[in-house]
Amino acid sequence: MKTLILWLSLLLPSLAGASASGVDLKHARIDLTDQQSLQRGAKNFVTYCLGCHSAKYIRYLKISLDFELPEETVLKDIAPVGAGIYDPLLTAMNGHDSAKWFGITPPDLSLIARVRGADWLFTYLTGFYDDPSKPLGTNNVVFPDVGMPNVLWQLQGEQEAVFKTVQGQKVLDHLVLHQPGQLAPHEFDGWVNDLVNFLVYAAEPVQLERKSMGKYVLFFILMFTLLAYLLKKEYWRDVH
Amino acid sequence: MKPTRLTQVGNWVIDRFPLTKLWNEHMAHYYAPKNFNFWYFFGSLALLVLVNQLLTGILLTMNYKPDAELAFDSVEYIMRDVSWGWLVRYLHSTGASAFFIVVYLHMFRGIIYGSFKQPRELVWIFGMLIFLALMAEAFMGYLLPWGQMSYWGAQVIISLFSAIPVFGDELSLWVRGDYVVSDATLNRFFAFHVIAVPLVLILLIFLHIVALHEVGSNNPDGIEIKKNKDAQGIPVDGIPFHPYYTVKDIFGVGVFLFFFAVVVFYFPEMGGYFLEHANFIPADPLTTPEHIAPVWYFTPFYAILRAVPDKFAGVIAMGGAIAILFLLPWLDRSPVKSIRYRGGLFKKALLLFVISFLGLGYLGTQPATPGATMVARVLTVIYFGFFLLMPLYTRWEKAKPQPERLTMQPTLEERVPELIELYEEATVPTQGGTWQRKPDFSAIGCILVRFLKKLKKSLD
Repeated sequence: MKTLILWLSLLLPSLAGASASGVDLKHARIDLTDQQSLQRGAKNFVTYCLGCHSAKYIRYLKISLDFELPEETVLKDIAPVGAGIYDPLLTAMNGHDSAKWFGITPPDLSLIARVRGADWLFTYLTGFYDDPSKPLGTNNVVFPDVGMPNVLWQLQGEQEAVFKTVQGQKVLDHLVLHQPGQLAPHEFDGWVNDLVNFLVYAAEPVQLERKSMGKYVLFFILMFTLLAYLLKKEYWRDVH
Repeated sequence: MKPTRLTQVGNWVIDRFPLTKLWNEHMAHYYAPKNFNFWYFFGSLALLVLVNQLLTGILLTMNYKPDAELAFDSVEYIMRDVSWGWLVRYLHSTGASAFFIVVYLHMFRGIIYGSFKQPRELVWIFGMLIFLALMAEAFMGYLLPWGQMSYWGAQVIISLFSAIPVFGDELSLWVRGDYVVSDATLNRFFAFHVIAVPLVLILLIFLHIVALHEVGSNNPDGIEIKKNKDAQGIPVDGIPFHPYYTVKDIFGVGVFLFFFAVVVFYFPEMGGYFLEHANFIPADPLTTPEHIAPVWYFTPFYAILRAVPDKFAGVIAMGGAIAILFLLPWLDRSPVKSIRYRGGLFKKALLLFVISFLGLGYLGTQPATPGATMVARVLTVIYFGFFLLMPLYTRWEKAKPQPERLTMQPTLEERVPELIELYEEATVPTQGGTWQRKPDFSAIGCILVRFLKKLKKSLD
């Protein structure tokens, strides 16, 4: 009986989750036919994310095949030193260590785009702001109190939150860049967009093939249905 | 003419097995009413989806690993590395939702045309048992991908057993095989999902069809075609199932497959309703998701469970919502079967029932806020009211006279001119070209009002 009360109480939406809902998500431009963007995104992922996060369902070979890059180029330009072409995108960080350092083992990111959606990822990665009250000095607009530091701060610069008061409560209104980074804001947005594009690809590598195949299947089914309809009409001529 | 070798083999079999007899009894000489409409496609479509689930299921088991450590990885392996694995998996996952869509429509057909009424009570009972087996099959299958929703959905539903007084805790422990959902649960659910429940399903479908062919099919007019027979003893309003309904059902299959393929190839997640977003996170017994929602086809019953304040009463209400459907043939006291000749009371009650079922289905996907719970309670009362008050309102209402023979409604094809007229009424031509038209909102308003008036009139 007590366990049941526990499970049922878990069904109520947690109050923590509701606080992030006030922020509008930014729009990520996803184009999986843009090989250049995907290649840049893969490189950004390996350089900035792979230190802590794995993407274990993707192999370097798959990147080479899908992005039409020679294997040597993938190993030289995208994969970290020492990685083989058949290796999955594994992180070098030990899960126990990271759990100690960040409070949680950084999740595998192979499927993160299917969990969160592209717009959320884009807003999240561009949405870190200074918050001295947090252990890592930053907070996030869509993921309050996140355990991940802003690993892109050198590129983006530092942002400050501007709050407004709605019905007596302090609500985050927007972010302002108070210290520019290595990239201009529009360049940085493009950089993150490439990364999100790659994550969307990684979550389901087959999606382009699936969509391009779909139209032939639908065309075949339409022709089949048309023939079936004519056959039915022919047979049913004598039914009144 | 000398019989060919093939005919000889055929004759050899026919001498030893009643192949011709079976074929004639169930296909070529099974006389079905000639006025089946749109609603009568869903029985054969359910059979089609079953075959799809069996075939894709067999292919999936060849690469799936029923092991808590490997299950999630093996599904992603199927999605990425197995040749055509993604297609097989999407056919299976979309097929699960499609199964419930066609079965719900099939059941609704039974309700509107009174197909559950005497002499088809047993057909309905077997059908309800199929529905139960299907729910068990879907529930157990949903655990297998071993994502967060698989895990916590199973956790919540199995823990419902613990609400039963005295032996509830022991029962839920026995079902799980562990104190929480674990590897033991996954393994037994796999066994039930791929062997036990499919066998039961196939047996029940066999019984469902045998019982149906014994009494004969109902029809949109709800009158018995066997009352009007010709000199040979063939119903005058009946046509042989084969070839008439086999070719018609093939056309239905084509239309169904079109929509099915649109989902499989373009929207396999269906916005998180067919494949829930949180199920792409591997099962984690230590992290409870913010919001646990079952897949859409269970949400009406789940909303009823949550609507009842007491947990044990909630479980009873949820079970009762399904169990009460079994009693439908005896709750309905109306002398007529089809909604076409029933009085206004039944039609209004049915409309309320449909609203409550869809409303509960929506609320079951949403977090249980106090406001939503209040609405769910009202809808739950309506849901049960439809059944519990049925003996009263079906007796009070005044049925319309039934025809002696089947009536033929205009087919979609015959209504094309009517639809073109409606389109022309709703739009006005623009100056640009002869084919370009823009919507005329005042005319659309008129059409809507007309439609609502017609609806109101048809409810009397």
